Amino acid sequence: MKRIVVATVLNQSGVLNKITGVLAKRQFNIDSITVGRTETEGISRMTIVVNVEDDRQAEQLTKQLNKLIDVIKVQDITGQAIVSRELALIKVLSTPQTRSEIGGLVEPFRASIIDVSRESVTIQVTGDSDKVEALVDLLKPYGIKEMVRTGMTAFLRGSQKQVTDLSSYSLLK
Amino acid sequence: MCAKARMDGNVKTAECTGAEALVQLLVREGVEVMFGYPGGAVLPIYDALYNQPVRHILARHEQGAIHAAEGYARVSGKPGVVIATSGPGATNLITGIADAMMDSLPLVVFTGQVGTSVIGSDAFQEADVIGMTAPITKHNYQVRDLRDLPRVVKEAFHIAKSGRPGPVVVDIPKDIQQGTVEMGENREVYLPGYQPNTSPNPLQIKKLVEAVSYSEKPVILAGAGILHAKASDLLLKFAEKCQIPVVNTLLGLGSFPFRHPLFLGMGGMHGTYAANMAICECDLLINIGARFDDRLTGNLAHFAPNAMVVHIDIDPAEIGKNVKTDIPIVADAKEALQKICSEDLQNAGTDEWVRHVKAYAENFPLWYEDDGEELSPQHVIQRIHHYTNGDAIISTDVGQHQMWAAQYYGFEKPHKWITSGGLGTMGFGFPAAIGAQIACPDQLVVSISGDGGFQMTLQELAVVKELNLPLKIFIVNNQYLGMVRQWQESFYEERYSYSTIPVQPDFVKLAESYGIRGCRATNNEELEQVLKSVFEDGGPAVVDCRVKRLEAVFPMVAPGAGLHEMMGVKP
Repeated sequence: MKRIVVATVLNQSGVLNKITGVLAKRQFNIDSITVGRTETEGISRMTIVVNVEDDRQAEQLTKQLNKLIDVIKVQDITGQAIVSRELALIKVLSTPQTRSEIGGLVEPFRASIIDVSRESVTIQVTGDSDKVEALVDLLKPYGIKEMVRTGMTAFLRGSQKQVTDLSSYSLLK
Repeated sequence: MCAKARMDGNVKTAECTGAEALVQLLVREGVEVMFGYPGGAVLPIYDALYNQPVRHILARHEQGAIHAAEGYARVSGKPGVVIATSGPGATNLITGIADAMMDSLPLVVFTGQVGTSVIGSDAFQEADVIGMTAPITKHNYQVRDLRDLPRVVKEAFHIAKSGRPGPVVVDIPKDIQQGTVEMGENREVYLPGYQPNTSPNPLQIKKLVEAVSYSEKPVILAGAGILHAKASDLLLKFAEKCQIPVVNTLLGLGSFPFRHPLFLGMGGMHGTYAANMAICECDLLINIGARFDDRLTGNLAHFAPNAMVVHIDIDPAEIGKNVKTDIPIVADAKEALQKICSEDLQNAGTDEWVRHVKAYAENFPLWYEDDGEELSPQHVIQRIHHYTNGDAIISTDVGQHQMWAAQYYGFEKPHKWITSGGLGTMGFGFPAAIGAQIACPDQLVVSISGDGGFQMTLQELAVVKELNLPLKIFIVNNQYLGMVRQWQESFYEERYSYSTIPVQPDFVKLAESYGIRGCRATNNEELEQVLKSVFEDGGPAVVDCRVKRLEAVFPMVAPGAGLHEMMGVKP
């Protein structure tokens, strides 16, 4: 099962290495990992999407990450009310005939064409992973030349409705 | 100590080199002794150590230095301090760092590093120590800015000894050691990501007390967490008050007195029948400071199948890792036991249960055959116990002799038992005994090794001679890698593939070549004579005990079997 874990970490050299090291050592399968600065200087935030086998493993994941000295806080936010976004850049083969067709296709996704050349267009799309997936499926028939995805970055929503009973793991009360 | 010192009003500040600052910081942390080996990238530190009050023990191999520091930490409870040079010096420490991590020993390890300007250029004796030690340390640091040094050293000691203890590596590039810095004031440690919880949740303690009051068949599993927390007295109080039998883990030996009527011995792969059956049959298992290691639990599917499990551990990640826990208590063992003992403890009447498990102990005791001709290794351990009044600090290596020492020495007091449990490091025991002797110069320290393990770190005999340490070094010599051979006998159809080592030095002459007394015992009679004279003698001695070659450690839980499926329970 897929878990979305966010970690607040001290922005120090080697911290990414330590985190991926823990995941590798404990045999966690990383789906994606994103890192970036936060509103506080010296503190970064990571969003890690991993595949785990069961709840026990999910619990171990947050606990083991929490043991790292440079990790300030770890939260498993799977099942909570979150906003999650991913950005993808997709280079699609296009002829003058298909160009406008592709333009029409991407519009409902609120994606935009950010580069045009004689043989291809590059599309930028942001959204949750399912939305990106859907657009990729639609574009496949035209021929995808190149694609890059950032991986998911996620946030708890400002107000939390009790959306599910799924347990979340945090060591902080 | 510092090159220049000046007075600014009332605030005394002093300018010194990074290396001098380091030595000063070690003194500030109360370090009395460090173990190390010099080399190119730590020359400035060694220069700063010259004629300084911090004592430095020069090992003959970095691995010897770090195992000595582990032995020192184990018996003293203080962090062991190690120093080695960059590259090979640091990589030679890796085994010891991993060992300390597995057995939760507080170490602060300083390694030299090539200058900051050449890091990453594959310079001479460069190794990525931070990358290599990240998975086997509690934390590690590379000092890139000399101004960080005081903070880093302070944090390193704080992290190593607080919470669940562990090794911390501090990698210091050579130019940082040579730079000049102004020593600041001693500041408080601020680590937002590290605030170990030591006090138990009162609600969980209430649950535990309630569980004890209902339980008819409770068992306490006492691990090394009791020793780290110095909570043996409280454990005794709790066990006696509620009349709960106690099982020790390998590393927990000594946390409960061996001869106490509630003690069932060590549990696990080579544990006693009584201990393992008590775990299998209990209805309440109270784990205090043990981590449910696979060598203890055997097949998890058969582990304490009917028990409600209480787990008290300072490391939240240990709880629920291997065994499903009903009452988790994240706390220091001492604080938890204090809280428990302050409650109104009731028990549901455990007399019948205690009688039941003690009957196991009487009917299925540890056994071995002694024909009086060849020397039995178990007999050797029992005689060492006799001559030391069971009061010596015992350090062992890894293998058969380790299990025999654990089974037959019978520890009455805490902090007398040094062994490599989690990592199972051959070559650990002898240098660890050196560290223990340095920590406790007035106590009798006995090193027990196999002939295989002793040959891995025997170069440290030079340290014994140099410091004239009154160590008694026993080699349980069967000319085999005994535990490997035993497994090959039991599980690989007696195909003794590369486990026979009949070609070995004459250990008596070897000891003598170092200027240390060497003795040999080949039968019971010789053993008595040798033991008598060796323990009467105030100096060091190496005793080569030629024991039965094909003796095996029993009883045993075969790998993959449950604790109730023991073999070799009876002759």
